[in-house]
Amino acid sequence: MRTTGTLTDALGAWRARARRAGADMAVGAAIAAGSMAALSLFLVTAYFVILFVIGIGAVALPIVTKGVRWLCNLNRRAAGRVGVPVAVPYHPEPPEFEKDIVGWMRRCKWILMDPATWRDLLWLLLNTAAGMIGLVPAAVLYYALEGLAVGAGLWQPILDANGSGRWYCFITVDSWPSALLALAAAGGLLFAWLWVSRPALKAHAYFTRFLLGPAERTVLASRVRHLAETRSTALDTQAAELRRIERDLHDGAQARLVGLGFTLGAVERNMDRKPEEARRLLREARESSVLALRELRDLVRGIHPPVLAERGLADAVRALGIDSPLEVVVEADVPGALPAPVESAVYFSVSELLTNALKHSGADRVEIALRHEGDVLHARVADDGRGGADLGGGTGLHGIRRRLATFDGTLDISSPVGGPTVTKMEIPCALSSPKTSSS
Amino acid sequence: MRVVLAEDLFLLRQGLIQLLEAYDFEVVAAVDNGRDLSAALAEHRPDIAIVDVRLPPTFTTEGLQAALQARRDIPGLPILVLSQNVEQMYARELLADGTGGIGYLLKDSIFDNDQFIDAISRVAAGGTAMDPAVVAQLMVSHARDEPLGALTARERHVLELMAEGCSNMAIAQRLTISEGAAAKHISNIFAKLMLPQDSDSNRRVLAVLAYLNA
Repeated sequence: MRTTGTLTDALGAWRARARRAGADMAVGAAIAAGSMAALSLFLVTAYFVILFVIGIGAVALPIVTKGVRWLCNLNRRAAGRVGVPVAVPYHPEPPEFEKDIVGWMRRCKWILMDPATWRDLLWLLLNTAAGMIGLVPAAVLYYALEGLAVGAGLWQPILDANGSGRWYCFITVDSWPSALLALAAAGGLLFAWLWVSRPALKAHAYFTRFLLGPAERTVLASRVRHLAETRSTALDTQAAELRRIERDLHDGAQARLVGLGFTLGAVERNMDRKPEEARRLLREARESSVLALRELRDLVRGIHPPVLAERGLADAVRALGIDSPLEVVVEADVPGALPAPVESAVYFSVSELLTNALKHSGADRVEIALRHEGDVLHARVADDGRGGADLGGGTGLHGIRRRLATFDGTLDISSPVGGPTVTKMEIPCALSSPKTSSS
Repeated sequence: MRVVLAEDLFLLRQGLIQLLEAYDFEVVAAVDNGRDLSAALAEHRPDIAIVDVRLPPTFTTEGLQAALQARRDIPGLPILVLSQNVEQMYARELLADGTGGIGYLLKDSIFDNDQFIDAISRVAAGGTAMDPAVVAQLMVSHARDEPLGALTARERHVLELMAEGCSNMAIAQRLTISEGAAAKHISNIFAKLMLPQDSDSNRRVLAVLAYLNA
């Protein structure tokens, strides 16, 4: 029985390999066909670019460029398919162009100012030759099949017609022994075909990445743009937070302490004259000090929750769950200490999501999973409510997204009407020293 | 009554010592970190330990950890934990071993001397003293639970006071009702929550909390 199993497995593996080789061959053929298109596209584009320089051609350029980018993106995807991901390097399209000649010219400028446009053109030209590598798998398969046909007996009619043998792979096929030799060679080629497609496609993919991938300058530029955006968001958020704290202190604890001073002054004056009144005032003063403390405590909780400082993210999220009227299950796999700002951002995000679940979703149960894997912190919050949460709608979700963006983090929410709502957050961050105690 | 005190803020520590001595407690040791606390507890075996949750050197829950460890080393050692903030999570950890002699209070409660001293005596006697803030939060998180919903407003109030650790007499005083009326409310609550009747006040409170924690 075991032998049969192994045999089935082996057959399955071969079938999978053949299927993959077949698919790769098709993609290769498409690349080769595309390289033909590349030549014409190159010529057309170059033509219009030159025409543009001498004044006309602006009309066609944006349209032709669309075709160029489409073809290049196809090749980028083909490269990604064989494990060589190529990012799309184009400058982001401005939100809107005017509908007139000015808009059209701005569109041309957007195209011509993008270094990726010129790299596309160079790729188009070189790909006319390089793309032919895509034909290699098909060619090998064809040659192998031809050998099989010739070796299987086709050599006889050919021999009859010409009077001499037929060359196949260094073998003159003019007798059955030589035909058998050709069959063996063809079999070897067929075998080789299974392995040749991937490397051929890979070679082309690296060539594609070299020219069609983002240039280092472009990568840096987009990174700088992203950082500038998130920095300004972070600064805005922080300034707003400081304003809130200042206001809360001014209207809350500070005011109460001033009141306390007044009351104590009155107590001092009444101490001997009206001891009863003084006692009442003292009781008031004590109550007022308790209130001031409570306000300060709430303020601290809003800035940096003590349980987060004391126990770290996992336990702080558990504490959130305990405090929530919902049934909250927390699973955490974070084998170390996270950077404090990340911890805080995730804590407040989870807190916000729990509040949302309680207020809007009608859920009974919330599952929270925290996992740190490959220098990325994954947080997942799922409820069994009625769904329909919308990133565009509430400011809460938008706030979470902005909070996470500061750390290059992402928020992904799936909330079909009828539920359930599943929120996934991912923040790249490294763990520092492993936690010593988690009890 | 002999007290070991652990509090890292000098002013607060001095204030507590003054307060305790004014009420005729004997402060046999006053320490400012978790390690010294463990040593002092092992050496003095006090009638009660009053401990701040957050202590040096880590300023995390060192005090809480030291207290829990001390309870394992000296079973039944009464401990009153003080904190700037109350976390249900910590309250549950303290109550987890199911024996009495546990208190968990906000530092604010020191301001009300009589209640604070009352809480100390209760914990030293093997009872419990839970901060109203913890109890209120517990009630909120279980408000949706079925049996709790069956209680009347007055019964809920009585349950809260029971959970804080009040005796029948204290409940009667707080609600200005007769002690008999309080006892009647309590037996109604036991019946509605399907808890076995028990005269021992400490086990009574633990039973309530165990139910709330479930």
